[in-house]
Parts: sequence; structure tokens; C-alpha cells
Amino acid sequence: MFELQNYLGILLEGAWLTIQVALLSLLLAVFLGLLGALAKLSHSVFFKGIATLYTTIIRGIPDLILMLLIFFGGQVLVNNFSYSLNEWINRMASGFDPTHEWTAYLPDYINISPYIAGIITIGFIFGAYMAETFRGAFLAVEKGQLEAATAYGMNKYKLFVRVMFPQMMRHALPGIGNNWLVLLKTTALVSVIGLQDMVKIAGDAGGSTQQPFTFYIAIALIFLFFTSVSSLLFRWAERKYTIKTR
Amino acid sequence: MDFSIFINEYQFYLAGLWTTIWLVALSLLLGLFVAVPVGILRSSENWLIKGPAWSFMYFFRGTPLLVQLFLIYYGAAQFDLIRETWLWHYFQEAWFCALLAFTLNTGAYTAEIIRGVISTMPKAELEAAKAYGMSESQILRRITLPNSLRRALPAYSNEIIFMIHGSAIAGIVTIVDITGAARVVNARYYAPFEAYFGAAMLYMCLTFSVIFAFKKWESHYSNR
Repeated sequence: MFELQNYLGILLEGAWLTIQVALLSLLLAVFLGLLGALAKLSHSVFFKGIATLYTTIIRGIPDLILMLLIFFGGQVLVNNFSYSLNEWINRMASGFDPTHEWTAYLPDYINISPYIAGIITIGFIFGAYMAETFRGAFLAVEKGQLEAATAYGMNKYKLFVRVMFPQMMRHALPGIGNNWLVLLKTTALVSVIGLQDMVKIAGDAGGSTQQPFTFYIAIALIFLFFTSVSSLLFRWAERKYTIKTR
Repeated sequence: MDFSIFINEYQFYLAGLWTTIWLVALSLLLGLFVAVPVGILRSSENWLIKGPAWSFMYFFRGTPLLVQLFLIYYGAAQFDLIRETWLWHYFQEAWFCALLAFTLNTGAYTAEIIRGVISTMPKAELEAAKAYGMSESQILRRITLPNSLRRALPAYSNEIIFMIHGSAIAGIVTIVDITGAARVVNARYYAPFEAYFGAAMLYMCLTFSVIFAFKKWESHYSNR
């Protein structure tokens, strides 16, 4: 147990990183989810198709595979692309002279940081689940409310901001809460692509102190703390929003 | 992009697919044996009975599956009780640790589904069955089980999908499931995009087959 105290500071740093990744992914997920829901509810076949493809593909592929695909695969794709672009510019600039000097006009190696890749992947995955949540919530808003807003002479933008969005949020809150709890647990996967989050730190500390169980149980309890606080907050928010409207 | 890698190594991927299927299927089956008693105990009024079931479900539903797997796979070695007895024979095997972690995890989630089904069982149906003079076992067979199964099925099919997706982490602890196969192929060819893309396609086929099968089953139940 003394070992745990020595590592407490660095473990808490990892915990902070986990929270950062989770919150930033949530932000991205809510944004993508709103876009996805609006696209699904739009009358355009094209947008509907894109959104349906998005949510279907995400539901079919595990988060870990998507993360590995975006982090490792994406890196190789980006670099291959920038290499061939460089090659093309070189050939054009030298007038197809095979003995030309090769210059890197574009950065010839781009490193995607695991921090960014993790946030993008998790946000992208949960955007699909959020889209389903928001879609249901938008549909749950009573038609009469929207008609009343139109009768008051609100334009489309005002109708969305004043009536649609606040009422939709009330219906979406339980779904957002559930998605957030799953998202929080999914952040543990960023340790696999090398981010120094608390799972990675616990693994390293457990290895060097020969007490892996102690460290993993410690971070399990930290996760439990996060999920407990989150569900309390969401329960509070749900109660608050239902009282306000009734 | 060179997808001939996937064609060259398809047997390797198929072996991974088979590992994923049996690992998930066995976990789900064993998880059901954990979930039924835990779900029933959790529905009790008495906190002495409810408490342990509640704690078990709270822990396994509140922490990431990856941490649970690491806790068992790496953590078990810390205890002499495990290391110096016959238990070590099992705990040193990655497949056993993954099976144990997955079983306990899906057991906890499924127990929550069972608790939900029990707490929302329509009383009038049971009373009607009693009024018809059915025995306890008849009520269980004719009313309780079909009714609960029908209401639990959509949630349980979601749980199966989550388990298939969650099982991808088995590839991290040396098991050659679909993810593990993709990792080995990537290491061999250094073609991460192609390697993981192949894995993604396989998972997608597996997931949608399961969703399709459950849709069929659910419609069979609702048609009656």
C-alpha cells in the first residue's frame, strides 16, 4: 500500500487526462450527434443516407478497432498521401528529370498524437449513439409546440433555439447520461494507443512495483467514483428539468 | 492500399473469427448462469440479500471492461494463494482470464436486465393465471418465462452486440481473436490500415448477423 502513496500524484495526473479526453470527446460527440440527428430528420435523401451510413457503420465496429484504424491506419494513409503529393510536386518541378534533387515541399512525416486520435475516435463513435438519442428526442417534442411557435411568427432559427432545442434536451437527457457513462469507460482504451492515461500509468507502476492488482483496483475505484458522481449529477439534472416544465 | 494481404491471410482471420465467436458465446452462456441468481437476489427486499448482488453489479457495470481484464490477467499474479496453487494453471492462461472477465462483466449487465424484467412483471397476468388454477410451475412455464423473455430480448440482443464489441480487447492480452489476428498481420506486413480494415469488416458481418437473427426471433415472439 505504501507503493500506492508514492504513485498517487502521477495516478491523479492520469485521472485528469482521462477526464480531459472524456469531456472533449463528449463535446465532439454532442456536436456530431446533433448534426447526425438533424440530417436523419431532414428531407434530403443525401443527408439522410450519409447519417444512416454513419450510425450503421459505427454500430457494427468495435471501438478498439476504430481507434487502431484511425490512429495507426490513419497515420499511414496521411503520410502515404503526403509522400505521393511530394513526389508529384517534385516531378512537376524538375520537369521529369530522373536525377533531380528530392525536396520535401510538404511535411513528409506527420505524427498524429494519441491524445488527438483518442478524442477524435471516441467523439466520432459516440456521435453516432448521440445522433440516435437526439433523433428520438426531437421526435418527442410535441407538434403543437412547434405550431404555436410558428403562429407566434418565429422564424426557423428562433423556433429551433427557443422551442425545439430546450424541449428536446429534456427528452435527450437520460440518453445523454447513459452515453456519457459508456463513453467514460471507453476512454480506458486510449492507453492501448500509448496515451499516458491512468490505465497506462497503473500498468507501468504495477509492473515496476510487482503489485499490479493494487494499482488496477485503485484505478477501478477511481473509475467507479467518476461514474457514481456522473450518475448523481445526471439524476439531479433530470429532476431539475422535469420540475421546471411541469 | 493493398488488400491482397487480407486475401493471403484470410485463414488467419477466420481462425480469429472463430476464437471471437467461441469466447463471446461461452462468456454469454456462463454469464447467464451468473446473471439469473444475481438478478433474482438483487430483486429481494432484504438488504442482506440484495447488498452483495448490488455491489457486484455496481462494480462490474461501473468500471471499464479493459480494467477488469487487466485486474484479472495481470493482477492475479500478485497473490501467492493463486500463484502457488493449482489455480495458477488457469490464471496464467490469457483465454481463461478473458473468459472470466467477460463472464463476470456480461453477468452483471444481464443481471440488470433481469432485475428490470422482474420489477415490471404485470401482476394482473399472474393473478389471472392463478384464477385459472395453474400450478406454480405452469405459471412459470406458460406466463412468467415467455412474458419476461419477450420483454428482455431487445435489451439482451444489445448486450450481445456490446459483448462482441467489448471482446475486441482480448487481442491486447495475446489472444488471437479477430483483433489479435489483425495485430499479427499488421506486425508482419506493416500495413495497419489494411490489417485493421479487414478486422472491422469481420466484426461488422458478425454484428449484423446477430442483429438480423434477433430481429427474426423478436418478430416471431410478437406475432403470437
